[in-house]
Amino acid sequence: MAKKIYVDVILHHNKEGQIKPLAIVWANGVKYSIDKVTQITRAASTIAGGTGIRYTCYIQGQARYLFLEEDRWFIESKGN
Amino acid sequence: MDRVILHCDLNSFYASVECLHHPEYRNIPMAVGGDVEKRHGIILAKNQLAKKAGVTTGEALWQALQKCPNLVLVKPNFSQYLRFSRMVREIYSEYSDKIESFGIDEVWIDVTESVHLFGTPKELADMIRERVKLELGVTISIGVSFNKVFAKLGSDYKKPDATTEITRANMEQIVWPLPIEDLLYVGRATAQKLHLLGIYTIGDCATIEPAVLKRRLGKWGDYLWRFANGMDNSPVMVQNFEPMVKSIGNSTTCPRDLRNLQDVKIVTYVLAESVAARLKEAHLVAQVISIGVRDINLKGYTRQIKLSQPTHLSDDIAQAAMDLFEKNVDFSTPLRSIGVKTSDLSVMETPIQLDLFTDQKAHQRSLDLENTLDVIRERYGFGSVQRLMMKEDPLLSQFNPKQEHVIFPESYFKG
Repeated sequence: MAKKIYVDVILHHNKEGQIKPLAIVWANGVKYSIDKVTQITRAASTIAGGTGIRYTCYIQGQARYLFLEEDRWFIESKGN
Repeated sequence: MDRVILHCDLNSFYASVECLHHPEYRNIPMAVGGDVEKRHGIILAKNQLAKKAGVTTGEALWQALQKCPNLVLVKPNFSQYLRFSRMVREIYSEYSDKIESFGIDEVWIDVTESVHLFGTPKELADMIRERVKLELGVTISIGVSFNKVFAKLGSDYKKPDATTEITRANMEQIVWPLPIEDLLYVGRATAQKLHLLGIYTIGDCATIEPAVLKRRLGKWGDYLWRFANGMDNSPVMVQNFEPMVKSIGNSTTCPRDLRNLQDVKIVTYVLAESVAARLKEAHLVAQVISIGVRDINLKGYTRQIKLSQPTHLSDDIAQAAMDLFEKNVDFSTPLRSIGVKTSDLSVMETPIQLDLFTDQKAHQRSLDLENTLDVIRERYGFGSVQRLMMKEDPLLSQFNPKQEHVIFPESYFKG
């Protein structure tokens, strides 16, 4: 079953007040940089259980959803 | 031209929010209910599996567990529900400014002016439904009609996650066969009176001579006849319209039964402090104080008293309430829940007639003291400053009515 995993995120705040995630820092300290963000929308994560602003991010060539729920970020983990 | 009104109802709202956040609840019967240990014990919402097992909203937790022994009970998380309620309103507000809440999970939206931008009323309703499902992960059912009463019947007609349109053309097929109990404002007592007149469906009510209804039910007869015929023309209030408050009160079911005045006193002071803080926040003073009592057999009554001067001091309110308890409650049966309510409200600045026998300086000192306490509590939490008596029985005094009770029942007739 998919799990909800909260992650550390490195952000860029621009002077218009917009934010853009630059990288995800995994619990073991490994940093994955985000190559690009293709979509930002409000969405629910039915598989991980939560709702917030969903960023579609490309990390190492793969699309992953990164959610901003209130003031915390989470990803949907495929692990068991 | 007819209005276009949507009534949106979040399906099994509390249970849906919990199921969204806890995927493990989705395939087992689950219900959100009050706190078992503190005995606020009823089912507030349940998921589809619990519904199939016969669990109904409003029944006691033990009843539900008898019907469905493997039912998983979850404590309510009101701040989460309020967050969802706010987010869903943000979506609605993209389609109209006329949004009127009816409780935390229902709203009417008047889209008469904006519907042409989005297609037919049904298309608009489906669009809103899809967005809520996609963006928030919970489902709503929507009723579309030309008045508020039928829109509400529509959202109840088919759920979850469905749209029902009730037009002048199909109202006789859809609305009229429904039982009269489904109509807004027909409760158990009214339904009984209507049954005596041979009225069992909304259609029966619509086709009867209105004078007969009026003779039996007074002005409510008129209302119901108009509701049943789709002639309800009450407007959808503009967002954030605040109706004039008529009373402010709090009540609580206690974690243990109250057996004497000392027990009552502790709870009364907690309630009075919350009521006083809410009065001050609303910039109001009250002149009538009432108490409500329910004993362990669930029998209840209320008593009230009019003060010589309006007040918003917790000391005054608590003292008046205690006088009422002393005079009216004999504790032959222990009490399960009590409440303190203030009414006959006026704005704080309304001039009052002073009298010679009240020490106004002392009154001003208490006022300053309470204001200071409110500031401290605002900053450091409700429990940061307490009356010493609260320490006598922490079990009874440990609740915060002001913060925990944020969801109030609503009246249909506003303003």
